[in-house]
Amino acid sequence: MQIDLLYFGRPGENLKLSHETVQLPAGINTLGELLAWLRLRGDNWAQELTETRVRCAINQEFAAWAAQIRDRDEVALFSPISGG
Amino acid sequence: MSVSIQQEDFDVGAVMAEMRATSNNVGAMVSFVGLVRDLSYDERVENIFVEHYPGMSEKALGKIIVEAKQRWDLLAVKVIHRVGTLGPNDQIVLVATASSHRGHAFSGCEFIIDYLKTDAPFWKKEVKNQGQEWVVTKDSDVQRMQRWNRQN
Repeated sequence: MQIDLLYFGRPGENLKLSHETVQLPAGINTLGELLAWLRLRGDNWAQELTETRVRCAINQEFAAWAAQIRDRDEVALFSPISGG
Repeated sequence: MSVSIQQEDFDVGAVMAEMRATSNNVGAMVSFVGLVRDLSYDERVENIFVEHYPGMSEKALGKIIVEAKQRWDLLAVKVIHRVGTLGPNDQIVLVATASSHRGHAFSGCEFIIDYLKTDAPFWKKEVKNQGQEWVVTKDSDVQRMQRWNRQN
């Protein structure tokens, strides 16, 4: 399964990444599992991408950690929003 | 377009004139303008950086406007949100509503800015002399938004 991953706000800045296309290994089917998998990338990732620090959207709709990811989805990870 | 996300500043007078011209039935117009303050929790803010999620931000604002139009009789709505680097006293956001009657224009405008704060993907980073900090959703903003669910 391949997805587009976007980063905004604090995680985007701290991980120095705004966009990547990733191939998900078998067994990564929900947002929570995706986040746990990304945390394995290193200390910086483990620190940044906790479920309390990050919010998420799938295909441009806010989504909960239990939400299912599908092939070709656009997934965004970001800090809590603060517009206006 | 009733939604505009842009770096450039906006002219509130020009927007209101445009809204006024949409219909002879417009009897009331309300505008809310959000500005950059130079103080945040007693720390001096030099400037702010505003980021958004292109595509989703337009969609989220569009949805909020549709809901506002279902609740109140709004003849015209305009939302402008600026992005990029802004300094103290700069305009950040404009929400303008036009209706036949002021009650609808007031409520619609307040509803849209309250929902924008909690449902539209924008992020503000404050640059202070002590360093930089991403602003997070305020509890008071969430409470203001939730008020609308209780009222209807």
